[in-house]
Parts: sequence; C-alpha cells; structure tokens
Amino acid sequence: MSQKIKEHVQKLLIEGKIKGFLGLREENGNVMPHLFCDAKELDALSSGDWKKAGDTRYPLNQLMIRLAMAYPEESFAVLVRGCDERGLRELFKWKQLNEEKILPVGIGCPDELARACECEKPFPDSLIDGPKGEKADSQKVARVEAMDLDARLQYWKAEFDRCIKCFGCRNVCPMCFCNECSLEEDQLVGTGEIPPVNPTFHLARAIHMVGRCIDCGLCEEACPADIPLRTLYKKVAEIISKEFGYKTGFSADEKSPFNIIEVK
Amino acid sequence: MEFKTVLTFCPYCGCGCGLLLEVLDGKIVGTLPSKTSPVNRGRLCVKGWTVHEFVTSPNRLTKPMVRKGDALQESSWDEALNLTAARLKEIKEKYGPDSIGVLTSAKCTNEENYLLQKFARAAIGTNNVDHCARL
Repeated sequence: MSQKIKEHVQKLLIEGKIKGFLGLREENGNVMPHLFCDAKELDALSSGDWKKAGDTRYPLNQLMIRLAMAYPEESFAVLVRGCDERGLRELFKWKQLNEEKILPVGIGCPDELARACECEKPFPDSLIDGPKGEKADSQKVARVEAMDLDARLQYWKAEFDRCIKCFGCRNVCPMCFCNECSLEEDQLVGTGEIPPVNPTFHLARAIHMVGRCIDCGLCEEACPADIPLRTLYKKVAEIISKEFGYKTGFSADEKSPFNIIEVK
Repeated sequence: MEFKTVLTFCPYCGCGCGLLLEVLDGKIVGTLPSKTSPVNRGRLCVKGWTVHEFVTSPNRLTKPMVRKGDALQESSWDEALNLTAARLKEIKEKYGPDSIGVLTSAKCTNEENYLLQKFARAAIGTNNVDHCARL
C-alpha cells in the first residue's frame, strides 16, 4: 500500500476532517473492506492488489451509502480508483450520497489492470498516488460484433443459459441501490426457474445499467458462471454514448438519459 | 461508530465458501463474497449472498414452542424438553429405535453435531442420522 496514501489518510484522521476512511484492510493474508477510524489502524491498509493488480477490489461506494444513511451528518473519506470516482459522480447526481460529506482518496491503476478492464480512464481526478494511465483499447465488444446476428444471438443465449440466478452481479454492483429491483418482479422474471428467463433477465439488467454502469467489472468477477457481463454492459454504454452523447460518470452535472426527473 | 467486515464461512452446503459479513455498530447488515478465499474466489450462490438475512430475521424463534391442539404456543425450556424426552421414549418403545431419525445441521458446530449423532446412536439406538448439507 502506498505510503503517500497512508500519510494522506493519517492526516485527514488526525486533523479530524473525517470520521473514518472507508478502504481495504489486509489481515492474515485476506483483504476486506474496513472503516479506519483510528490512525493507529493504518498499518493494515491495503490497495486491493493482493496477488495481481486490483484482484481484491470491493464495492466501497455501496458500503459508503450504507454508512451515510446511518450517519448522514458525518464526513468520510473513501478509497477510489478511476471507476469508483465515476461512480461517486453518478451517486451524487442520483442523490444517494452527499458530495459535501465524501472525500475521495484516489489511486491510479497500473497498465496491466487498465488493459484487462479496457478502462476508459484508469485514474481518478482526485489522484493521491499511482499512475495516470492511458485509455486502454477496446476489443471485447468488437469481438462479439464480428459475429453475424444469428451467431450473436446463439452466443448470448448460450452464455445466459449458465446463469444460476445468484444475483451476484446485482448484489456486488456499487451502482445498484434500488429498494425494489425489477429483476425480482415476478411478472418480468418468473420465480422458480433456473436459468432465469433467457434473455429477459440479463437484458433487463443491461438496460438498467444505462447511466449507471461505471465499468468497474465487479459483476463479472462475482459471476460464478463466467458470463461476460462486462462486454454486454460496455455495448450498452457505447449505444448511449452514440445516441445521447452521454458517458456515465464523466460529468458532475449532466444527468443520464434515464434520470431526467427533477426532484424539487 | 464501527464498521468492519468479518471473514467467515457459509453455513449452508459443504463447499465452504468464504464470505465477509458487513457489521455496522455490532449489527450484521450485509454479505460480500471473500475475494481471497481459494474455494469461491469472490463468488457466491444466492444462499451465500443472503446469509445476513436469516441471522437478523424476525422469523427466528426466541422461545421454545409446543404444539397444543392445532396451534404452536410459547413454552418454557423445561416443558419443551420434558415433552420431547417423554414422546421420544414413547415412540421408541412402541415402534422401535429405527422409527426415529435425526437431522443435524451445517449451522451447528462440529461439537453439536457430534453430540447429536451420539444421541441418535447411543441414546436412541438408531443409525438414522443425516445432515442438511447432504440435501
């Protein structure tokens, strides 16, 4: 874990600017989310690079929402990579988090991780340490688009056939905060069926990722059936960018095409 | 204020997936898969993902309950245990020890499971012992 980040967080805690830092802790060879409220705990800080870069990332923004709901008056700092910062921007616009109470502590992702993620921007603007990596090439979507329509439909139906409806993709997603989830709506996705209605289940999720998916890849990492979820959601993002000129998480004010309701 | 995640293992099937319980101020509020667990490597099934729900479920029993007539009624440990012992004795005498079966649970400790199979084999006198993880 970067010394710079540790010192930065230490300073925030000692100066009383935050109630706690939501980051990752390493203990006995395991990496897990933790709220550091005491500077003495910081020796256990982890960046989420266990055996490979970024292999132990967790949906910290999701945990932050839980903390903020329990303690709305407190300020917190949170570890963010490029994707997490995109997520924060959207969560502020969706009013799930209060911008004035969250201090992002940014870490940049190394090239190997950026390439594996095909990341649009593998570092946050609030960068404390780590590289300012280059945008990585996109190949996953292109590979699927190289198939003709029939072959493509067969490909996706076969992938979705392995789904065991664990809801891991939705549960781990740092952007999924709905109290009532469409995927649990019996009239849309019947209960008691494995795999869930193919392809409705996955296409419903994909549509709900418009203006939300920050391309962090946690969904694909959580899928026990190795379904290429990211590729699907990347394509959705491509369509939204082309049709609406909207790229999730890049603007602090522009609302996504599916979030045009004014809350007065 | 305290928020931490606690590494533990799924109590359901025999896989033993590692999971993290999210604990906010001493209460379990969520579950995450453990990415460092070699068994599941960051993945869980729907049962593992919802472990926190049963722990804090309002449906959990807080007192022993005894069926009187058609309805289950709250009772005391003494009444419930005495009734159970008396009825098991009755059934064993009337129908033999193999008429009784014992189901243990992955949610119990190894020691509790040992006791239960000892109870089945030595006290009741039957080999009819099985375990929810086999189901």
